[in-house]
Amino acid sequence: MKKLLIANRGEIAVRIIRAARELGIETVAVASEADAEALHARAADTCIVIGPAAASKSYLNEQLILDAALSVGADAIHPGYGFLSERAAFAQAVIDAGLTWVGPNPSSITQMGDKAQAIKTALAAGVPTIPGSNGPVASVDEAVEVAARTGYPLVIKASAGGGGKGIRVAADEAELRSLIPIAQAESLAAFGSDEVYIERMVTGAKHIEVQVFGDGETFVHLGERECSVQRRRQKLIEETPAPLLPAAVRAEICSAAVALAAAVKYHGAGTVEFLYEPKTSGYYFIEMNTRIQVEHPITEAVTGIDLVVEQLRVAAGEKLSFTQEDVMARGHAIEIRLNAEDPSFQFMPSPGYLEKFNLPSGPFIRIDSGFTVGDTITPYYDSLLAKVISWGRTREESLSRMRRALHEMEVVGVKTTSSFLLQVIDSPGFIDGSYDTLFLES
Amino acid sequence: MAVHEVQSPIPGIFYRRPSPDQPEYFNLGDTVSADDTIGLVEVMKQFAEIKAGADGVITAFHVDSEAIIGPGDLIASIQTSA
Repeated sequence: MKKLLIANRGEIAVRIIRAARELGIETVAVASEADAEALHARAADTCIVIGPAAASKSYLNEQLILDAALSVGADAIHPGYGFLSERAAFAQAVIDAGLTWVGPNPSSITQMGDKAQAIKTALAAGVPTIPGSNGPVASVDEAVEVAARTGYPLVIKASAGGGGKGIRVAADEAELRSLIPIAQAESLAAFGSDEVYIERMVTGAKHIEVQVFGDGETFVHLGERECSVQRRRQKLIEETPAPLLPAAVRAEICSAAVALAAAVKYHGAGTVEFLYEPKTSGYYFIEMNTRIQVEHPITEAVTGIDLVVEQLRVAAGEKLSFTQEDVMARGHAIEIRLNAEDPSFQFMPSPGYLEKFNLPSGPFIRIDSGFTVGDTITPYYDSLLAKVISWGRTREESLSRMRRALHEMEVVGVKTTSSFLLQVIDSPGFIDGSYDTLFLES
Repeated sequence: MAVHEVQSPIPGIFYRRPSPDQPEYFNLGDTVSADDTIGLVEVMKQFAEIKAGADGVITAFHVDSEAIIGPGDLIASIQTSA
């Protein structure tokens, strides 16, 4: 690997450029017309402006990106997260063009990208999934049979649904019997299919995910991250280790994640996401993300392993540079995502010109950002301004450094979520670690 | 006869159709109700619907589809019978 094209923008593109530079790999950025002067475009050795601002005409356009790579003689493509990172067909096209794809095999992306297939693979690998019908229920009686096995309360979901639509909760058999036909009718009206499935309702759940790595032969985990602080399913704060997660459960979840990685002969960095229910100590596989994750820096902070450098090495055909025994987590790390949004106005996105952009620094604080002062935050892409990562020997130490860092932040020109994040980390539910995925809704 | 001016409450990219492969919500001269959606504003991967805000007839669109607009920018004029 001599020349790497980064098919992304913002902080993650800058992050990948840094890793490549440390390995002596030449870097090529791609940018939309709106990003021609963006930090990632300036940071790379070369930048190619590939198309108009709309992502569909630039960062999401497979052919434009592949053409750009071939035109400058790049020999590898790193997709970052989002955009094309989990498109198996694009990964295959990159490989077919004779380039190195920095990510798992297209078959792993496909296998984990389809929800039903991912759950089937997890079950086959002995990884627990949420108890339920594992597919559509044909009749009310079949639903009642499944319920006898899983227990109540149950969630009825439309197979074709998504985003929380078409969901009903049944507390007992009587409710289940009356709600199934209603849910089927609603699903038919909303999604054109009356297929519904049921699963046990997991309450007070925490979002726990495990960082895994594989080279196709050896599979390891780098511990877990807790990402339960979410607003509308968007993670806002992540930390590792997960507070209040019993050591025995942690060990089981991490082993389950490695088993899943091994089952698909995983190649590269991946994240296996679970729901953990503290009151039952049950944990359930929800999905696997076959790419680098936004919150990867907290894992780097406690393990001392550079995940992006490792991605590049493994993609280039090297074996994993560490064994499971080599992975030793030390201390505690927290990440907050600073967004250009107005917390006092329903978190309305807030594009604008960055008149002031003084980010925190000092001991044990890391900042990953795709912007500098004088940049314009456009309305075209996501609202992530910067990630702030703090490390401490203990959770308390990490937390006090994060608090200090958030106070240092000075952003003028766009609204930010910094004051809101300060409130969250100072709230009792966060401080005692008991927060669940609905913590911010309450 | 009065004219109701539709403004965007937020900055973003204005669209006159729900998705690229669908027709425009409304055209010049169409009659609309206050609750009708006449456009979308996309900002940082979120979409906000722009409502007509008054019953009447659309007499002007002040911005093109896919144009960048700021908060308070004029989007359309609606002639009301009131």
